[in-house]
Amino acid sequence: MNPMSDEERRTLEELLPWYAAGTLDGRDMQRVRDAIARDPELASSYQAIREELAGTVHLNETLGSPSPRAMDKLFANIDAEPARHQVRSADIAERISAFLASLSPRTLAWATVAAAFVIVLQAGVISGVLLNQTSGPTTLASGPSSATVQGAFALIRFAPTATAGDIAQLLEANKVSIADGPTAGGIYRLRSATPDLPKDDLAKLIEQLKQDQAVSFIAPTE
Amino acid sequence: MQVLYARHHVRVYRFVLRLVRNQATAEDLVSEVFLDVWRQAGRFEGRSQVSTWLLAIARFKALSTLRRRTEGELDEESAAAIEDPADDPSDVLQTKDRNAVLRQCLGQLSAEHREIIDLVYYHEKSVEEVAEIVGIPEGTVKTRMFYARKKLAELLAAQGVERGFL
Repeated sequence: MNPMSDEERRTLEELLPWYAAGTLDGRDMQRVRDAIARDPELASSYQAIREELAGTVHLNETLGSPSPRAMDKLFANIDAEPARHQVRSADIAERISAFLASLSPRTLAWATVAAAFVIVLQAGVISGVLLNQTSGPTTLASGPSSATVQGAFALIRFAPTATAGDIAQLLEANKVSIADGPTAGGIYRLRSATPDLPKDDLAKLIEQLKQDQAVSFIAPTE
Repeated sequence: MQVLYARHHVRVYRFVLRLVRNQATAEDLVSEVFLDVWRQAGRFEGRSQVSTWLLAIARFKALSTLRRRTEGELDEESAAAIEDPADDPSDVLQTKDRNAVLRQCLGQLSAEHREIIDLVYYHEKSVEEVAEIVGIPEGTVKTRMFYARKKLAELLAAQGVERGFL
């Protein structure tokens, strides 16, 4: 195989952050994946980028949320403009009607079939997650602050390219389940099926999960 | 609007907070962004994701707010700004934690570099979406990200974390 030119390397290096975040298109994704596999320097750079990505997610997740004041102010302002609301609602309804009217019957039929398939798929995934949760060794209450939650936990964000199948496989292979989430940042709380997992074992599990392409961020949590 | 707000307000808040570095200002901006969205709902053409549209509006409003401030106000507000979790040197010194050093250095980047790193890593925006939000060509997006990472590597090196590559 021909060695990579400087220009090609620079182009690929520039794409690495988006590759790590999973936001490249399929062609570029494959191109970068192949380059990382054959170039140790790019592979090292990719590892550094994964650290940066994890640090950035962690930093943003610690910024908190706006107080209820922001929402109160917003809806007070909206309430002060009742006439505009009605007009805008009508606008949106008209736009949706116009969009649907512009589709051919065949397109609409395919869209309906696709929508039905997505709903069935979602139902399957949700059922799978729920069944997975209920078969776990511990009882999970509704929130992370619940006193009844026990076990070893980690915060995880899945790569945007991860499919439901990838995630289900990851959960099963590593004997973990989704305990809570997602939060606003797309973060889930992951629970090990082994209650009272020693800290070292949890750290090993997290390191193992970090290498999974379906994971864009993972860190231990209480 | 409630659903839209519930789904996106935290991300919009964190994005503008990283730009204006003041909680009260960031909260005001969140209200303004969603009020604008409510007023302009009919203009959303669906060519981009809703979150991309929201972040573009939020960025414009945050920069307008920053421009309105005088130098003195900026200093005062910076002093009153939230304590950046990445800015605690004692934490870094005590723990010698590589990740803590990384977070500290991320907090030291310029607003321009911080913005692009947040958009790519945290908000998971593609090259095209970042270009749309920031209003720059796609080539410039890649170059700016490259130099943001280069600066980060320099800051890490100054803290004793050598990586030898970008």
